[in-house]
Amino acid sequence: MKINYCDALVIGGGLAGLRAAVAAQTKGLSTVVLSLVPVKRSHSAAAQGGMQASLGNSKMSQGDNEDLHFADTVKGSDWGCDQEVARMFVHTAPKAIRELAGWGVPWSRVREGSREAVINAKKTTITEDADVHGLITSRDFGGTKKWRTCYTADATGHTMLFGVANEALKIEVDIRDRKEALSLIHDGGRCYGAIVRDLITGELEAYVSKGTCISTGGYGRLFKQTTNAVICEGTGQAIALETGIATLGNMEAVQFHPTPIVPSGILLTEGCRGDGGILRDVDGHRFMPDYEPEKKELASRDVVSRRMIEHIRNGKGVPSPYGDHIWLDISILGREHIEKNLRDVQEICQIFNGIDPADEGKKGWAPVLPMQHYSMGGIRTKKTGESQTLDGLFSCGESACWDMHGFNRLGGNSVSETVVAGMIVGNYFADYCLENDVEIKTSTVKKFLNEQDEYLDEILEYNGEEDIFRIKNTMQNLMDNKVGIFRDGEKLTAAVIELEELLKKTKQITVKSKEKIGNPELEEAYRVPRMLKLALCVAKGARERTESRGAHYREDFLKRDDANWLNRTITTWPNASDTQPTIAYEEIDIMTMEMPPAFRGYGAKGMIIENDLSEKRQAEVDEIREKLETEGKDRHAIQDALLNFDLPMNYRQNNERVGDK
Amino acid sequence: MSIEKGRDITVSVLKFNPKSKASKPHFVDYKLEETPGMTLFIALTYIRENLDPDLSFDFVCRAGICGSCGMVVNGKPALGCRTLIANYPDGKIQLMPMPAFELIKDLSINTGKWMDDMSRRVESWVHTNEEVDISKIEEKVDPDVADEVFELDRCIECGICVSSCGTKLMRPDFVGAVGLNRVARFEVDPHDNRTADDFYELVGDDDGIFGCMSLLACEDHCPKHLPLQNKIAYLRRKLVALR
Repeated sequence: MKINYCDALVIGGGLAGLRAAVAAQTKGLSTVVLSLVPVKRSHSAAAQGGMQASLGNSKMSQGDNEDLHFADTVKGSDWGCDQEVARMFVHTAPKAIRELAGWGVPWSRVREGSREAVINAKKTTITEDADVHGLITSRDFGGTKKWRTCYTADATGHTMLFGVANEALKIEVDIRDRKEALSLIHDGGRCYGAIVRDLITGELEAYVSKGTCISTGGYGRLFKQTTNAVICEGTGQAIALETGIATLGNMEAVQFHPTPIVPSGILLTEGCRGDGGILRDVDGHRFMPDYEPEKKELASRDVVSRRMIEHIRNGKGVPSPYGDHIWLDISILGREHIEKNLRDVQEICQIFNGIDPADEGKKGWAPVLPMQHYSMGGIRTKKTGESQTLDGLFSCGESACWDMHGFNRLGGNSVSETVVAGMIVGNYFADYCLENDVEIKTSTVKKFLNEQDEYLDEILEYNGEEDIFRIKNTMQNLMDNKVGIFRDGEKLTAAVIELEELLKKTKQITVKSKEKIGNPELEEAYRVPRMLKLALCVAKGARERTESRGAHYREDFLKRDDANWLNRTITTWPNASDTQPTIAYEEIDIMTMEMPPAFRGYGAKGMIIENDLSEKRQAEVDEIREKLETEGKDRHAIQDALLNFDLPMNYRQNNERVGDK
Repeated sequence: MSIEKGRDITVSVLKFNPKSKASKPHFVDYKLEETPGMTLFIALTYIRENLDPDLSFDFVCRAGICGSCGMVVNGKPALGCRTLIANYPDGKIQLMPMPAFELIKDLSINTGKWMDDMSRRVESWVHTNEEVDISKIEEKVDPDVADEVFELDRCIECGICVSSCGTKLMRPDFVGAVGLNRVARFEVDPHDNRTADDFYELVGDDDGIFGCMSLLACEDHCPKHLPLQNKIAYLRRKLVALR
């Protein structure tokens, strides 16, 4: 048995994992990153449009600050988020972007003088002041009060990922790719690393560490139609679930993005609409203002996605061999803008659909349809990023339910979370590794390794009629059809039953090749059961949650129910032999909120079942605010009085802005 | 609306597992029906799920963004995910793993290890002694300079330039267009304090900037259309002037 010892083990080499690893390595810990693929190929690279941080440099973002970013994030989450975590996040985001600038990320910069932009389908002139020339600029995104999304054209995730990966190389983080974690090693309620399979040699090895951080991204591939990369199968969450101790949070909170292209499902960034692109129906009519007069195409993603499907249901979709779709029109932005700021979007349209979106008129319209895009749910953590129930296990980024997104994530808050959580959780994680020792017997480690070794042998010995690829495809179609954008009790009940059946069937397959090296079917055979367990968490959580909140939309329970459902879904899998998860709930306390539940400002009105405490807390908040304002206190002092939060390092310092007096 | 029956196509793949004593390199023909908009990602996934569960290949983003799926398509290196079957009128496509990289199995190659070594060799990170106070307003960068750095930062390390390179065939340690582009990228980045002399130390030899024979295949095949030849020529003029 090969045991690799290190201080800090990070599973997942995307932006969050790499940034957490940099934090650990910088504190003098021997840090190992394990990744399914070369880290610069992680799904973080696919983030196109940008990263939210309230720098407030450019004209359209003047006056922006943490308070506005916080309010947008809480509204976006439909009050499902942890407001203390949201505060930690918005306060650190400007620091993250400035750190990345120093690491060479070539953020697009403000240019002094006048330029034309398209706002609400009208050409508008924006004039930038000379004193901000050369500072980081930002564009508009859905659900935000100010233009807050910083970017590098439409390849933001790519440049960020290369920046952070290069920094990790520079400080000699030990990065090992084509390694897959199969299970977590734990003893006495504490995690000590992972059993890992080398995807080149097939060899199993143990990685034993003082602390373990899972940053493996989302679980989009539970669905057929998804913008996610093929590696986003949720196996990080699944191995945490399989400990029987770690918990998952809000797994039913799944986001559907309005504008992936049909049929490939490749994302066309929100920057398309942020920069002024509009949605059109079969008649070429711009329909979003009819539904959302205020935010139009730039309401939050859950709202825009539902409005699109609603419009299609009203008979206004564009028929195609792949079903009805909607048109995305960015041609109105002009060729010059597209070829500079939306170049990848243009290439995707050209290569995969033979459309040049810069062509004027209908010729340049791209077919789009809402598809799975983001997993708000994940490994439930404390504010430090550590599992609430399994010591020494941390998680950050999309794999975690930390929980700054609640039931809907705002565009641009995801890549932002990766690096911000990498900084915050990464430092708490590093501190844990500094303060704790490895206290596990090698015989216990061996037991975990043998379990996985025997499991692989068992899979190769299965001798049944089922086919693992077919099971996977059935699951993905079922998730699209029954656990998708519009949900109801009947479909969800059927989904849970069918998923449970599929899980049982994964033992009735035959893997044709008996090789343990380079055998893709064997890999599917051990991954799909884990995916099915997660799918069951999503479907069962959705079935039980009899309300609509954010991206979770129940046609049989249309209202957001703050009286009964202002809580987080907590899912566990206590026994390996179970065929369904166990569900419990964690209350969200209104009386500690800085911003008590209210109307989001977009979406249908009058669809809230109020909680009496919301009004009570709002009165308290108003009173505190008024009192401190009378005393002449600044916004930082007022905020501090409403909700106190801590940050590691010197991240609690105030962020300097051009507009500061 | 129904979809018409598609063309019958043949995808021929070079299969080989270097870790198996029994395995010998050989082509396997897979016959399948083309679907509208079918890419090599869709075709190969179909083949694995329906015809040969043992076929190894690498895809991640399937959108031309991550650089995982470089392969030799009818003799030319290309990203599999961006290769449309419709562009091959006779419906015959031959796939081989890209040369110049360690073969893992079938179409799967170890580009990650090669790129890591390259990144360390050209010290692919910002060199500076300045401590950035991240609570303070960021350093200004001229928008044109930021755009110029971004242009060169668009490289996705797919390895297509390396596998199409004549010099790489003759000089196994040649740093490739990807490595030279990386040097050019940090050379224009105002955050990086390295001088031309520093870059000369890294790539001022025949395995670096003076090895390139300007055959241009790197630029011809680059899926991100990077200005590789211009940048290599610029760097060569700049570094040759030092000695």
